[in-house]
Amino acid sequence: MIQFTVNAVARRFDGDGSMPLLWYLRDDLALTGTKYGCGLGLCGACTVHVNGAAVRSCQTPMSTVAGKKVTTIEGLDPQGNHPLQRAWKAQNVPQCGYCQSGQIMQAAAMLRATPKPTDGDIDQHMQGNICRCGTYQRIRAAIKQAAGVKA
Amino acid sequence: MTTVINVSRRHFLGGVFSAGAFVVGVRLLPLEALAGPQAAASGAAAAAWEPSVYLGIEPSGAVKIVAHRSEMGTGARTCLPMIVADELEADWARVTIVQALGDVKYGSQNTDGSCSVRDFYQAMRSAGAAARTTLEHAAAGKWGVAQEECQGRQHFVVHAKTGRKLAYGELVPLASSATAPNQGAVRFKTPQEFRYIGKDLPITDLGDLVTGKGMFGIDARMDGMVYAAIARPPVMGASFKSVDDTAAKQVAGVQQVVMLDLASPPFGFKALGGPTVIAANSWAAIQGRNALKVDWAAGDHAAYESAKYREALLATAAKAGRVTRQMGDVDAEFAKGGAIHEASYYTPMLAHAPMEPPAAVAEFKDGKVVTWCNTQNPQAVQDTVARALGIKKEDVVCHVTLLGGGFGRKSKPDYVAEAALLSKQVGKPVKIVWSREDDIQFDYFHSPAAMYLKARVDAQGRPTAWLQRTVFPPIASQNNPDEEYGGFQVGMGWTNIPYALPNLRVENGPARAHVRIGWLRSVANIYHAFGVQSFTDELAAAAGRDRVEYLLNLIGPPRVIDLGKEGVSQPGEPNPNFPFDTARLRNVIELAAERSGWAGKKPGAGRALGIAAHYSFLTYVAAVV
Repeated sequence: MIQFTVNAVARRFDGDGSMPLLWYLRDDLALTGTKYGCGLGLCGACTVHVNGAAVRSCQTPMSTVAGKKVTTIEGLDPQGNHPLQRAWKAQNVPQCGYCQSGQIMQAAAMLRATPKPTDGDIDQHMQGNICRCGTYQRIRAAIKQAAGVKA
Repeated sequence: MTTVINVSRRHFLGGVFSAGAFVVGVRLLPLEALAGPQAAASGAAAAAWEPSVYLGIEPSGAVKIVAHRSEMGTGARTCLPMIVADELEADWARVTIVQALGDVKYGSQNTDGSCSVRDFYQAMRSAGAAARTTLEHAAAGKWGVAQEECQGRQHFVVHAKTGRKLAYGELVPLASSATAPNQGAVRFKTPQEFRYIGKDLPITDLGDLVTGKGMFGIDARMDGMVYAAIARPPVMGASFKSVDDTAAKQVAGVQQVVMLDLASPPFGFKALGGPTVIAANSWAAIQGRNALKVDWAAGDHAAYESAKYREALLATAAKAGRVTRQMGDVDAEFAKGGAIHEASYYTPMLAHAPMEPPAAVAEFKDGKVVTWCNTQNPQAVQDTVARALGIKKEDVVCHVTLLGGGFGRKSKPDYVAEAALLSKQVGKPVKIVWSREDDIQFDYFHSPAAMYLKARVDAQGRPTAWLQRTVFPPIASQNNPDEEYGGFQVGMGWTNIPYALPNLRVENGPARAHVRIGWLRSVANIYHAFGVQSFTDELAAAAGRDRVEYLLNLIGPPRVIDLGKEGVSQPGEPNPNFPFDTARLRNVIELAAERSGWAGKKPGAGRALGIAAHYSFLTYVAAVV
């Protein structure tokens, strides 16, 4: 039995400790904003925060979240009004939208550590998040808008 | 082409519109009606009259527009309803989009081939304009003024002379009992009047997509559902010998192991089958499947190996094939000798790999199937599932979710058949999510292709004869495993090579498929553009000429490429409304050269510079790299 929080709600889990957090969130909690893309930590679609750090939930066994705070796209901002979410809308970033939860969660963790990112910072922090629609330019513009740095 | 009717009293889509709503339908004639009046008449007679596209206005003023095509990142779910809303003069903020179920009455829902707006633009405009005209007519009657003086403006009909206005919602009772105006009475907006068409507006799902609320196929749930993972045959057509499921059944969360019948060729859209783990969650299903020990007899395609297959395709490309187009006499020209260039090109097999893999949840109950799935083609889902379960197409209810990319993979509904068949077997709703490994291993792959090109050039390096041959396993092998020739795929950027050449021969050689082959966005244009444009670049280099000038010279003077005039069949294309016009191809090349600063660019040490141009799915494209 482990205890932890998901989006500030206390949770207990006594299942298979090797199960990735991704499937717990999606199947057990129906928090389906966190997406499956590869199951190998290669695409970034499943990115969530554990104690504020961006992690790939498909590579995060349940046993490792004991005592920790998990945040998903559904809990990033109670009103869905995080500066990044506002900027994402202002820049009309998504096309199919499938990767965007992961993109936003990755960017949110970056901005917490680096509030005024340079292009190099953005490239470095976002390079593991794949978008097959190719929305990268708008993602970059939205991050800069949220951070209040010049496009 | 389109007929608009008021269907308010026919209570279509009972669950969507209230009884008091003003509902408009559009009858889309089959596309072959474009061929001429006679075809149009027979097409209209042949099809039972049923309206296809709906928009409705509730007495509250709420406008609902049905999106009948799938959304996978192109914006189709937003822009088709937006075309309706523009002609309707609806306030976009008061429009709700309703995703259509799969139903033949909508016409083609196969969101494939880059044609959603092209094929439905006029129908959507007609629906919106007819509804607005009906509202204008109703207002004019109420005020006792001429209809021409009344105009729909952002959810109101306005009488400019007196400044009076009536909200659309207030006019619903009158409009819903009116007869839809005939086509001649409908006033369409001029392009200058467009509010939404041609404007850069947000997609309708934007808010949901940035908060994780957008529902994709992988997110769909049904009460009481179980999760399945299938051990599909590792080689196409492999037969099952035995399975040891002892370890799989010991995985926590695994409920049972069942056998999904193996498909027999042709595989088409059939569920491939295989031993299947049923579990309480995705992880348990995947772990259980990995623990299965399955013994297969690999069969006919076991010897398939990429490197050897590549050599075989290239060897075939070096030999004479079927001629698909011929002008002049290339053999006589080659026999003259002189400067002859030859090249072979190969492009690899590709998997679609959409970010969201194929996924479906389905429930078989009381002889009917309800499914939620990420399909590009809900009517193909109905057909495929109905055939697999031996039920009627109408008894398959297909809800279309958002798609995390499609690229042609998700118009092949084998995965939905899997979920439906398994649901029937286990008596519960079944969720299928293909793992990324499944997706790469069992895709309907984009054909690998080998191409051989040969040209004899004159003193200026311009070809006097051009031979090109393409070899690839065809999509038609899906339904006929013995098919080895390319059919319509040869027409995609190969037979219709747009060069002005005195002597030309275009050929296609045979190739047998050893995996499932399917269309991937742009289809055969991908390798054909690569082959033709690479060879063009090599010839220009050999001639020491500027690539842009050389390419434009090869394309020659502006003209329409119409192979029909040469007696060459062109299945699928061209569309008579969109002829293949080399003037437009030239324009994009000149524009790409200008915008890229081509004239001032030079390839440097370790840096190459090139330009390529192609015509694909009625679109002209040029790129400088």
